[in-house]
Amino acid sequence: MENTKPTMIIDGRSYPINGEKTVIQLARNNGIDIPSLCYHPSLSTFGACRMCLVECEGIGIISSCTLAPREGMVVKTSTETLRHMKKTTLQLLLADHDNECTTCPKSGHCRLQELARRFAVNRNPFHQLKERRPLDTSSPSIIRDSGKCILCGNCVRACSEFQGIGVLGFTGRGQSSEVKPAFGLPLGQTDCVNCGQCASVCPVGAIVSHSYNDEIWAAINDPDTTVVAQIAPAVRVAIGEEFGLKPGTNAMGKMVAAMKKIGFDAVYDTAFAADITTIEEATEIIGRIKNGGKLPVFTSCCPAWVKYAEEYEQDMLDNLSSCKSPQEMGAAVLRKILPETTFPGIEQKNLVVISVMPCTAKKFEVNREEFSHDGVKDINYSMTTIELAALIREAGIEDFDTLEDAPCDNPFGLETGSGVIFGATGGVTEAVLRYAAEKLTGKKSGDVKFYDVRGVEGIREASLTVAGITLNLCQVHSLANARKVCEDIRTGKKQYHVVEVMACPNGCVNGGGQPATLYTDKVVPLRTKGTYAHDAELAVQAPQDNKPLADIYAKYLGEPNSEVCHHLLHTHYTKRPKYTK
Amino acid sequence: MQDNSVNNETASRVDAIIERIGRHPDMLVPVLQAAQEEFKYLPQDVMMSIAQGLNIPPAKVYGVATFYAHFTLEPKGRHIIRCCDGTACHVKGSMAIMDAIRSHLNLKEGQKTTADGNFSLEIVSCLGACGLAPVMVLDEKVHGQSNSKDALEIIKSCEEK
Repeated sequence: MENTKPTMIIDGRSYPINGEKTVIQLARNNGIDIPSLCYHPSLSTFGACRMCLVECEGIGIISSCTLAPREGMVVKTSTETLRHMKKTTLQLLLADHDNECTTCPKSGHCRLQELARRFAVNRNPFHQLKERRPLDTSSPSIIRDSGKCILCGNCVRACSEFQGIGVLGFTGRGQSSEVKPAFGLPLGQTDCVNCGQCASVCPVGAIVSHSYNDEIWAAINDPDTTVVAQIAPAVRVAIGEEFGLKPGTNAMGKMVAAMKKIGFDAVYDTAFAADITTIEEATEIIGRIKNGGKLPVFTSCCPAWVKYAEEYEQDMLDNLSSCKSPQEMGAAVLRKILPETTFPGIEQKNLVVISVMPCTAKKFEVNREEFSHDGVKDINYSMTTIELAALIREAGIEDFDTLEDAPCDNPFGLETGSGVIFGATGGVTEAVLRYAAEKLTGKKSGDVKFYDVRGVEGIREASLTVAGITLNLCQVHSLANARKVCEDIRTGKKQYHVVEVMACPNGCVNGGGQPATLYTDKVVPLRTKGTYAHDAELAVQAPQDNKPLADIYAKYLGEPNSEVCHHLLHTHYTKRPKYTK
Repeated sequence: MQDNSVNNETASRVDAIIERIGRHPDMLVPVLQAAQEEFKYLPQDVMMSIAQGLNIPPAKVYGVATFYAHFTLEPKGRHIIRCCDGTACHVKGSMAIMDAIRSHLNLKEGQKTTADGNFSLEIVSCLGACGLAPVMVLDEKVHGQSNSKDALEIIKSCEEK
């Protein structure tokens, strides 16, 4: 008897308690979706929306997000009383919500809309209170529509709990309560790092990514421009979710096929560009270790982390790798090579480069001054996974899940495992190790895996000795964790050679531009699993085995970290005020 | 405004307040109260300095400052008139008193402070002195069982000083 698991009863059926902290979580683990708006598996419990109420024997009506499961507990989720209460709650919420569903970018993916349908809220006896409010479009990454906000507080908690920043807060009280940045400033003038986690956890259309799909369509339809795109590693394991495929399914081929149908002139793989990043960064790291340079080296692929460092860790800016992110390296090399190869003689202004990213911060990155040359941005527009799905739907492509796979185009056509794993936390470190180990030992080892740097914990450490050099490595995700690591380095408590930082929890697979889900605790691990599974099935798994890339180095770049490389592939950072006029 | 361009004098005055009250996020409300006492209201750079001094996000400071009716983000007049509009005062005719004061001070709808910066009129929910309803507080002095005529007399005597 002692070994049997405790159980509780939900709606007359018995379920084992497997360490779940709340009844809502236990119900969801067993296929019962107790409705909720403010509950999120990765955030602290708020208990504000009152949609997850249950009737618990001996307690009465209580929110299931604050109720801990106990042996013998008996809970009902949809009694007549509960149904009426929840329907009324929804009606009250809808009365205080700008119900312009037809013009809302979240329509079809909105939890409030879904629940209103589910509870058959076909009429609302309450007078509509909230009117349309002006949009905050000041950020290149995020659009806020306060009229849609239902005050669930998910964004407020995500910004402070994931990132430790707290850009957004509740202001005012009662009827005039509103979520906004300090002093009501536009988001674009704050310390927001553009990670988009607020948009990911927003159940309604109050926070969405800043879409440039209209501009992208215009470029595609313009006969004078050539439009090329590059696709980031983490997009391929998530976009399928928008078209009914399982999370973690590699949909790269279908995505390329769809984009070709839409009219992109060429589609490239950012995983290929990631190999350039790996080579440049590994060379930089080895150089710094051998020549007594500044340590630890922080990775610089994540634009949210870079902006955060420029605002909050200004004394560490020299520690950041000078490497541009893969998308910017890719764009710089493409803009150099394409006029000599695929599109002979094309003028830069007629070449439109689009990047498809799991990320909203990349939209900020493409606007950084350093990444424009002669008035032309290296990347004209960065779009998220969600926005590409919208583009595909707008094009009327109904058969995405059955499209025949198409390959990416050369010169960035080869998909390598070392590039693909950039999408998961620890991936950049592992790619660097795959390259550095072979460089340092001189022995072929491109297929060796480094499982020590994989994982899910927010701060992970690994120590490896390669060719007599001991490397102390740290892999961090979420900026709240990065802040802790920076503090430990500053006080001398920790000494590392390489620190990989990704702002989003679990890395790019859970980026702010990825399909939003109520079930991040289940979906994100599948995307990570899909990433590593895909890596394992690819023919090339290390950048030194990427032959087409070796040819590019030989023909255009010279040795890694050469003068040409520095000019084309490296960048610099500047101290940035947190709030600007 | 830039976080690193907060006026040095403001920053050091705020810092002295924080030093006196306690450098801990939990001290936010007492620090805001003391800052309002010193600066008479809570301008943006004062709130920014408080955020920096207590190591909390500016949005948190702004949120608390906008939550409590006690805090004001705009400069107040030299004299503060607080008219109670709690249930008892309301029943006893507080509305008429407030209308009379507004008209006398030439305050338009939504305007709290007179153009000359002499008076601010605040409507408060309950002062806990219902036995004296309707109640008006001018600066720190409580005036109970007043009517429009008395109220204007009190204000006029203040104007003459």
